[in-house]
Amino acid sequence: MAHAEGHHGPADGHHVVGGGQQHNVGQQHPLGIYFKIWGLLFVLSTLSYLVDYFHFQGYLRWTLIIVFMLLKAGLIVAVFMHMVWERLAMVYAILLPPLLLLVLLGIGAGEADHTFLTRLTFFGADPAASAPAPHAVKK
Amino acid sequence: MTQTAPTASAEALPLVPGLPGVVADWSSDQRAFKKVPWGKAMMWIFLLSDTFIFSSFLISYMWVRMGTTVPWPNPSEVFALTIAGKSIPLILIAIMTFVLISSSGTMVLAVNYGYRKDRVRTFIFLLITAALGATFVGMQAFEWTKLIVEEGVRPWGNPMGAAQFGSAFFMITGFHGTHVSIGVIFLIIVAIKVLRGDLDKERPGFLTGRKGNYEMVETMGLYWHFVDLVWVFIFAFFYLW
Repeated sequence: MAHAEGHHGPADGHHVVGGGQQHNVGQQHPLGIYFKIWGLLFVLSTLSYLVDYFHFQGYLRWTLIIVFMLLKAGLIVAVFMHMVWERLAMVYAILLPPLLLLVLLGIGAGEADHTFLTRLTFFGADPAASAPAPHAVKK
Repeated sequence: MTQTAPTASAEALPLVPGLPGVVADWSSDQRAFKKVPWGKAMMWIFLLSDTFIFSSFLISYMWVRMGTTVPWPNPSEVFALTIAGKSIPLILIAIMTFVLISSSGTMVLAVNYGYRKDRVRTFIFLLITAALGATFVGMQAFEWTKLIVEEGVRPWGNPMGAAQFGSAFFMITGFHGTHVSIGVIFLIIVAIKVLRGDLDKERPGFLTGRKGNYEMVETMGLYWHFVDLVWVFIFAFFYLW
């Protein structure tokens, strides 16, 4: 208990940014940046919710969704997960491998298109005309 | 003026900045990830593998949604909630999003106070984070119940359109909810360790002989932010698309 209080000394106040501290191996940053990012994430989430609320459709909808999503993901990884303050060796080791997933994405999209066309050919279901269920929800 | 870092052996040579630093770090002796505690680097590598798991789920969801000739149920209407006699689209999901983002915010505060050795505040913020996480899981349970009981959604079909909707939904949100639940359990464990002073006194944990320290809180935080990060993608691709 007293031990914990004793350590309170060197880290006086809320403005310490690591510099001359004893424990400078950890990620120590001023609280202000966290609150700013927190607020920004709220704003971006609201904006992406509004995309749905105002019924944007087509490419405008998809573009906005992806832009807001990437901004949110970037802020979380960069600031909340401290990636901007890490050494590049680790940043690249963690952030580059997921790019491989784009290959899987491409293959998946190609095959899904093929499946879709095959199903159209063999089952003749037109996505616009057929409504299999009585209360099928179509935008 | 104390330049002594706890891992003095890794800091024997000056670190090279920038892109040449990547080569220098990777080709150096000892270890590749400098200035990062062992547990944190391992957590990042675990999260990388988890990224591939969740991406595989999301890409297979894309596959079934693109491949089906039956109209996909409109998530905006499926997840609408009637509040005060008015149907508001996706409102529950929006609230869940804000709850999870807020829990990320409190987590970051816990990490920060942890490095300041502020035992009580770290404990409080960890507990708030766990409470928000539990709230999220609770709302998800409500959402699942509503979907299964009222809307009749099953993994093999639903009355609103493409049969694959149910399987994709239960698989993706179920896996994410499991991650959140595990996170809540570990947040409570870490919170108790912090309050007891295990990290100040460097007591070893229950699964390891390694000494406790406040870097554990940051490692815990990485996992928790990752859960939030995955939700960002699920929210965009499953609920909004």
